[in-house]
Amino acid sequence: MAVGTMDLTTDVAASARGRTNWLGVAGILALAAAQLFVVVTSPPDRDMGHLQKIMYVHVPAAWNAFLAYFVVAIASLRYLWKGRQTDDLLAASAAEVGALLTGLTLALGMIWGRPTWGVWWTWDPRLTSTAVLFFIFIAYLLLRAFVDDPERRAQWSAVVGLLGALNVPIVYMSVRWWRTLHQIQSSPSTVDPAYAWGLRANAIAVLVMLIFCIRHRYESARLERGADDLVDRAALAAGRGREVTDG
Amino acid sequence: MSWASDVRRMRAIAWKDLTAERRSRAVLNAVTFLGVLILMLFGFALGPDRDALRDAAAGALWLAILFSGILAFNRSYQVELDGGALESLLLYPGSRWSIFAGKLLANLAFVFLVELIVIPVAMVLFQVQFPEGWAWASQLAVLVLGTVGFVILGTFYAAMSSRSRSREVLLPLLLFPMMIPVLLGAVESSTSLLRGDPMREAGAWMGMLTAFDIIFLTAALVTFEYVIEV
Repeated sequence: MAVGTMDLTTDVAASARGRTNWLGVAGILALAAAQLFVVVTSPPDRDMGHLQKIMYVHVPAAWNAFLAYFVVAIASLRYLWKGRQTDDLLAASAAEVGALLTGLTLALGMIWGRPTWGVWWTWDPRLTSTAVLFFIFIAYLLLRAFVDDPERRAQWSAVVGLLGALNVPIVYMSVRWWRTLHQIQSSPSTVDPAYAWGLRANAIAVLVMLIFCIRHRYESARLERGADDLVDRAALAAGRGREVTDG
Repeated sequence: MSWASDVRRMRAIAWKDLTAERRSRAVLNAVTFLGVLILMLFGFALGPDRDALRDAAAGALWLAILFSGILAFNRSYQVELDGGALESLLLYPGSRWSIFAGKLLANLAFVFLVELIVIPVAMVLFQVQFPEGWAWASQLAVLVLGTVGFVILGTFYAAMSSRSRSREVLLPLLLFPMMIPVLLGAVESSTSLLRGDPMREAGAWMGMLTAFDIIFLTAALVTFEYVIEV
């Protein structure tokens, strides 16, 4: 019985590993190609020079982080609705990758801001609300780390993820009323046409990496969960055996 | 029928929590004292300059309320967890939201009582004049809206943090990032009202606070059963 479950889990693992590895290679190649493309094609910016190239990672990271949080919100909602463990693991994986990309966005923004604005940090709405978002999802991940029971962790983090996502527009609006300084955010329609394709290409490359990372974390979380179940079942079976001998 | 019994349950839970607090009174006194102490610390940190103090008054007051009030929320569940009473409370028939609403009312009363002491002290320490004319009514509205937002999410998240590891650090980590709109709204509208609301911005902030309260009260009432049942 236990052996059968183990085989099934290994099969799932093998096929998943095959698929995600392929996606990972594609993601890294796409990222390298997109970066190479912008290094070759995009001319230095009139004001910022080559510093402008930070945009090709900063902006795609920010977009994809938002996408990851969207996945967290949808998966959390679906978990509360259907109660499937896989949705919980998906939300957790997306939150991890989203927090990582948000951290990257903030770090690159600071590296860019220091020479451009003359300061590492400024209390501008987009910066500030991104930082708040970062903290909301770090708290989400900490909650997961501090709760041991899987069902409790799943229910609680789904609710926390959902409330966090609900707060994002309110945080954004309130911080925006409070202060305004950030330049209009870069998108293919606001940057010079010479930069637009590079930005699109990098956004797609980061998107592939995002999907790869989320899938990879998701599959490994599922395997971990499967292993935990097996350990629990073995312990239960051993306990039952002992009871019989004691009786 | 069931609506009426839910409301009765809510009242009973609020009354029970407040009675337990009234009998011991240990936490209320300690939290109030901590609030006053934090105000003193802000006074020392910001220096004795009159104008600087007055400009920072609303911000210092709200941070004192957040830092001291947060101690009330874990306690609100801790009392029941210690006696193993939460399980029995859950065994009673009736909807889950009435448990949340009862605890919310008790915590609201608790934080308002703390504010009743902390606010006059803040006005004295930070040399803020009592608002002229009807401005005090707007200030009171800001206070109520901000406190309600704070207590809704505080009561909600404490239902989780009080039953997890490292609850003392988990609750502020969960709660404070979510509190940023409340903090901004309350501090900005209070500060603006103290200056006579020259830009007429207090109304917009109060609208934002009202929206925050309604959104999260609804969300908390709807999702509380997922939090309390596991």
